[in-house]
Amino acid sequence: MSALEFLLAGTLAAALPLMLAALGEMVVEKTGLLNLGLEGMMAIGAAIAFICVYHSGSHSLGFLAAALVSTALALIFAFLVIVVQANQVAAGLAVGVLGLGLSALFGKTYESLTISGLQEIGFPALSQIPVIGPTVMTQDIVVWLTLIGTVALWYVLNKTKLGLIIAAVGENADAARAIGYPVGLIRTVAVAFGGAMCGLAGAYASTVYTPLWADGMIAGRGWIALALVVFGTWRTGRVVFGAMLFGVLSLGELTAQAVGVAIPSQVLASLPYVVTILMLVAISRHQRHVS
Amino acid sequence: MKLRMIRRDAASRMAMFGAPVLALLLTCLTSLILFAALGIPAGKALHALLLKPFLSWYSFAEILLKMAPLLLIAQGLAIGFRANVFNIGAEGQFIIGAICASAFPVYYPEGNFPAMLPAMILAGGLGGMAYASIAAGLRTRFGASEILVTLMLSLIAVQILNYLLLGPWKDPRGFNFPQSVRFPENAQLPLLFENVRPNVSLLFALIGSLFAYLMMERHFRGYQLRTAGLAPKAALYAGFSAPRMIWLSLALGGIAAGIAGASEVAGPLGQLQRSVSSGYGYAAIIVAYVGGLRPLGIIASSFLISVLYIGGDSATVSAGLPVAAVEVFQGMLLAFYLLTFTLIRFRLQIERGVPA
Repeated sequence: MSALEFLLAGTLAAALPLMLAALGEMVVEKTGLLNLGLEGMMAIGAAIAFICVYHSGSHSLGFLAAALVSTALALIFAFLVIVVQANQVAAGLAVGVLGLGLSALFGKTYESLTISGLQEIGFPALSQIPVIGPTVMTQDIVVWLTLIGTVALWYVLNKTKLGLIIAAVGENADAARAIGYPVGLIRTVAVAFGGAMCGLAGAYASTVYTPLWADGMIAGRGWIALALVVFGTWRTGRVVFGAMLFGVLSLGELTAQAVGVAIPSQVLASLPYVVTILMLVAISRHQRHVS
Repeated sequence: MKLRMIRRDAASRMAMFGAPVLALLLTCLTSLILFAALGIPAGKALHALLLKPFLSWYSFAEILLKMAPLLLIAQGLAIGFRANVFNIGAEGQFIIGAICASAFPVYYPEGNFPAMLPAMILAGGLGGMAYASIAAGLRTRFGASEILVTLMLSLIAVQILNYLLLGPWKDPRGFNFPQSVRFPENAQLPLLFENVRPNVSLLFALIGSLFAYLMMERHFRGYQLRTAGLAPKAALYAGFSAPRMIWLSLALGGIAAGIAGASEVAGPLGQLQRSVSSGYGYAAIIVAYVGGLRPLGIIASSFLISVLYIGGDSATVSAGLPVAAVEVFQGMLLAFYLLTFTLIRFRLQIERGVPA
């Protein structure tokens, strides 16, 4: 496989954990909250999914369990921030540290074990096209489902009343409360959704993308996903595009080394963060109020 | 009937001391159950975690060694947190501080530089301050969230460190390990006691604590910072410059983290390594909160978290406790503290009938 084909085939898969986690966090931030615990929620999802798939052999079960456990963790955040009214930076970090620790604790005896990944499915007809057919158009089922889910999410956020309510809660919680919307409930559901998405992201990372569990395997992808939400300026399409861009960058490190491009890999690795800072500066006028 | 949370006018002193103690008890209880469920001898684990560090002079000294960076960083961060400036990038400022300090021994490996140690500590503090100032500038000039900017800067700092240690600063005689040369004798901080590792960086941390106490509790500047955090509008009305509060918070946080980073390479490590920080910058956030963001409370909480680190090390040997358990313990402690802290700020009131 040439470097280009490798990139074409691998980009979506590399982007998927970032995309799932970032889309979840995007919804959380749209309701006016900021959950910094992505890394931990992804890690616990990855560990739980691996353990489930290892024992049951069923990826569906693994993804489901991961989503549930990460949601439970996210609900701790929701409880602390919404009910107890604790500082959300501290609460997010607490949940993140807790998730990272628990994932290592539960996953410890599963390190160096292996499971099988998922079979790739060609998109009907389109997978026959030369070059992009066997690469871009041949992906595992999770990629296809995620792409469908993304369109659904875009629809809900932009074309339905629910999307408008979410935006209202985020932009002016007091006004939304005055109209009679259950602000706390909507935020709780959003945080739970964000948690579930992080769980799925972790599950994909540990049971499909690289079917193994290792402590620290999320390796900063939670932070990149957090950056992605800003990069995508809280818009579904841009977040998806950003995920693919950052996904290519993560592969680009490998390809750059293989091809022998004279850029230090550290420069490529820090690009997402540099770009995110630049985005934060650029969008300052439309800055969402993170309180 | 409806439950309502009413903000207290003043926190009761009992509650202020009670909240962290209650959080610690809840954390111990929950981890006992968790460890037992995972088949780890829970009593033995807790004994190793919380008591064993006190049973020998050596391990007690290790607590003090661990405490120095945590205490110094947390004091710096707490100043900002009280002013509602959320510098969560102490990790990056620590790393940049360590890098700036290391420049001297890396370029003068024979130690032939006048005033080596003061230069290193100064460079570390200034480096950390400069790095944190990026976030201050972007926040005050463009309104970019300092939460995200400091976080991103931390991740970039890790890459800068990797670049230096895999490239120009790699020890040529280091068997290709990603680490710098061993520092000369005059680039290492003097020890406080014989035969154990705590060094004068503990004094830096205590001086920093005193400074934080005097500024935050006794000086007008601290009053301004606290007002900016508690009542931003009142602060604005009183004419306290909001940008100045942001610059000051981030600069002080950066200096503290930078000096801590410099002290780490000039202290127990004796060289620049990839694992220079081992998460101090993030742990210090937990320390700051569990200490109630108060200078005296942070002295106590940094001691407690250090006990957990050293106890965690011994528990991995004696009770088969995974290293990650310390993280779980820290995460729970912060979560429970945030919960019990509510008891300080609010009281619950049962309301009957329809609220007006």
